[in-house]
Amino acid sequence: MFIEVELVRALYIGATVLFILTLGGLSHQESSRKGNMYGMLGMAIAIIATLLGPYVTTNYLLIISLMFIGGSIGFYLAKNIQMTQMPELVAILHSLVGLAAVLVGYVNFFDETIQLQGVEKTIHNIEIYIGIFIGAITFSGSLIAFGKLSGTMSGNPLLLPARHWLNLTVVVLIFILGYFFSIYSIMDDKLILLASMTFLALIFGIHLVMAIGGADMPVVVSMLNSYSGWAASATGFMLSNDLLIVVGALVGSSGAILSYIMCKAMNRSFISVIAGGFGTETTTVTTNTVSNQSEVTSITAEDLSNLLLSSKKVMIIPGYGMAVSQAQHVVNDIVKFLKDKNINVTFAIHPVAGRMPGHMNVLLAEARVPYDIVFEMDEINDDFNNVDVSIIIGANDIVNPSAQEDPNSPIAGMPVLECWKGKTSVVLKRSMSTGYAGVQNPLFFKDNTNMLFGDAKKTMDEVLDNLQSI
Amino acid sequence: MLIGVVKEIQSNENRVAITPNIVEKLIKLGYSVQIESNAGVKSNFTNQMYEDSGAKIVSSSDLWESSNIILKINSPEITPNNEIELLKDKQTLISFFGPAQNPKKLQSLARDNLNILSMDSVPRISRAQKMDALSSMANIAGSRAVIEASYTFGRFFGGQITAAGKIPPAKILIIGAGVAGLSAIGTATSLGAIVRAFDTRPEVKEQVESLNAEFLTVDIKEDGAATDGYAKEMSKEFIKAELALFKNQCKEVDIIITTALIPGKQAPKLITEDMVEIMKPGSVIVDLASSQGGNCAYTQKDKIINHNGVNIIGFSDLPSRLPSQSSQLYATNLYHVISDLTPDKDGNININMDDEVIRGMTVIKDGKITYPPPPVSISATPTKKNIKPNTIINEKVATKSPPKFPIIGFLITMFLLTALGSVAPSSFMNHFTVFVLSCFIGYMVVWNVTASLHTPLMSVTNAVSSIIIIGALTQISSNDMLSIILASIAILIASINIFGGFAVTKRMLEMFRK
Repeated sequence: MFIEVELVRALYIGATVLFILTLGGLSHQESSRKGNMYGMLGMAIAIIATLLGPYVTTNYLLIISLMFIGGSIGFYLAKNIQMTQMPELVAILHSLVGLAAVLVGYVNFFDETIQLQGVEKTIHNIEIYIGIFIGAITFSGSLIAFGKLSGTMSGNPLLLPARHWLNLTVVVLIFILGYFFSIYSIMDDKLILLASMTFLALIFGIHLVMAIGGADMPVVVSMLNSYSGWAASATGFMLSNDLLIVVGALVGSSGAILSYIMCKAMNRSFISVIAGGFGTETTTVTTNTVSNQSEVTSITAEDLSNLLLSSKKVMIIPGYGMAVSQAQHVVNDIVKFLKDKNINVTFAIHPVAGRMPGHMNVLLAEARVPYDIVFEMDEINDDFNNVDVSIIIGANDIVNPSAQEDPNSPIAGMPVLECWKGKTSVVLKRSMSTGYAGVQNPLFFKDNTNMLFGDAKKTMDEVLDNLQSI
Repeated sequence: MLIGVVKEIQSNENRVAITPNIVEKLIKLGYSVQIESNAGVKSNFTNQMYEDSGAKIVSSSDLWESSNIILKINSPEITPNNEIELLKDKQTLISFFGPAQNPKKLQSLARDNLNILSMDSVPRISRAQKMDALSSMANIAGSRAVIEASYTFGRFFGGQITAAGKIPPAKILIIGAGVAGLSAIGTATSLGAIVRAFDTRPEVKEQVESLNAEFLTVDIKEDGAATDGYAKEMSKEFIKAELALFKNQCKEVDIIITTALIPGKQAPKLITEDMVEIMKPGSVIVDLASSQGGNCAYTQKDKIINHNGVNIIGFSDLPSRLPSQSSQLYATNLYHVISDLTPDKDGNININMDDEVIRGMTVIKDGKITYPPPPVSISATPTKKNIKPNTIINEKVATKSPPKFPIIGFLITMFLLTALGSVAPSSFMNHFTVFVLSCFIGYMVVWNVTASLHTPLMSVTNAVSSIIIIGALTQISSNDMLSIILASIAILIASINIFGGFAVTKRMLEMFRK
């Protein structure tokens, strides 16, 4: 112990302010790097203040070596991760926060130095219980999300019979266990209750994410982001530590807002996403619509090059398919080439393009696409009337006109990029298969739409070669 | 046949019905053309120019005597030269006539097998657009109205920041977005003014916005489009709402240009006395409806009235103030009429009453009144969109703005908080206060995060949420071995998260470049 508890608390206030500035800094690209620095500074102040404060008296060497090992692993992951794998990294990091919350909760539970009576004791019990509960859900749910995102598990939703009843039963059980936990006083009984709850919460988290389809992954990732915040906040209540409460609340509301934005972008309610099962019940609809459609027009890479050279304004609509085939770098080369020829090129990003909020922006930034030609759907959807060519690369549902035209479509009402209002659209796709939502896309059959089948990277390479040889 | 172009007799009329280049075209249709001497002087077309184009210059009396077809702009007048009596036997007159406004004149000309075609009775159908002289003149009047306003208005239209201080842009309200209104909008925006426009027909919204003006609406759903392409009269509620809107605008705007005309009727009074009172001194009102009584209460035809510093311009001769341009357009419209009347290009007119355009224009045929014509419906009725007033408002609320809280939710929350406060100890309530306030700070701050940085936001919040390491740090000095082990694991994984989260965020943010 080197400094007094009052000073520690004062330093915590400084750290809190820095964390708020971190989030504030992210409002613009220009200020975002500074924001990240504030975050690091805040974290450093918080950790050093705690180490010097009255609660840490021994085991300094252990702490430093643990942090060194953990930090090295963290750095290694951060340096070597592919940007396409960002959602997986975020998911696995969420699970770590969840696990840490569970562990801290248990340690606090075992701590016999805490002497509380009456209502305060009950409240403390509830705080431990909730902290561990949220931590456990975050942990197991994030692990499953990691599995789904990294492809080690199938992305299809697992739909157990009567799954809603199953979830309800688990929640009710957890409530009952919680009631007994808060009134019992014998340690061994309480431990059994707490362990059973932890087990149930882990199962609950697994089942929750298993039931959610691939299209809803952005919501799941932001939801788990939110949970990891609430877990930290609950831990803060348990430890009577305002810093944890504040930071947890900041993170929790951030994740909640992201989930809201993602749901809005897919025109789905949060409840229906959580209830799961999107993208499986529509296969019958698919076959019906296909038979009514006319032929598609397909063109070659050479045609696309010529089309690009003869146009004034080009819009590129990237989807996750572009990232999968790693086409973003060659796309940027094409963009540069066209800009040198005084052709106006912009990118239009749908909020759910990619597999987590803002993922596509990061992928484009990695390919050195300047961020001032990358626009959000709301900024650019009215501009399609002036667009000569829209290139849709590896995207499907986000450019599906049936969201607006067919009230019976499963994606009816979802906001989409209205590329069909431009002069021509060229869709780069491997095959005629459907997107996440399992819905056929009438865009492909429109008169002003041309299909360019094949791997996006190879096709774009050809387009670039053609452009340079002309 | 011989076409005669008379000199306009009104003193403030500078236009001429036919320009030299159109003379050549009429001769190609097989006609001979004669022009009254000095007919085009005021619009800068000399006798020499007409002669070079192949026309003959004659005196007024010769012209009225010998021409088969008389072309002019204004309807024939009694003073100062009795043109009505000059018209005789089987002559055909083509000019503006105003059959609805001038029934007596119409009666007095129903004689001697005269034919009269009224240029203001061209039906508003797509095929007849090339003959629509009212639109041509309205276009010029709208543009000139802005110039007149600018001449009277004591300031710049466009905003500027100069060494001598800031100049605010002029704010202009244009009522009626027909041909004249749209032309005025175009001229005013290109001079740099802030322009707002109002029209009873919702379908002109896009046209207004395409000229960079703001379209004002009232919250009443009523479509003011009539089937003949003009605006119709609106219901009482609608008029009340629009007057309220104008009154609000009067406080703000510097210039009002009114173009509201309902064909054949007294112009609606849209700018009342009390509205003029609340306008700033130095403001200008240009009333394009002055010839039909005016849209403004103080308007006097062909005068500028100054009321408490507000100038109300009631010129009815705006097209005539741009005489070369308006003569050119009018002559072209006339040429298209004559071309349609001469299908065989043999220099003889054929008033074909089966042609709905010619039928519509012909008010007297062979000395008999044929006005009004049977109704014509415009060919391309604009598809009526059901624009609900609400949707317009909704569009303005950007999707990024936070959702609103319902009142019921608020009440439930207050109830729960009261319940909590009555049982929980004060230490808990302190923490809870901090928690709720933090949620709101997070809520406010995160809505400002740009969508393109959502992924870095998630990774940095992830790193930040590892603040949970503080919890584990405070526990590691325990005496219990199990606690130390569990806390150690927590520190290890939280460290992975802290360093990994911040490092990957840094890496991502460095990739964003202009």
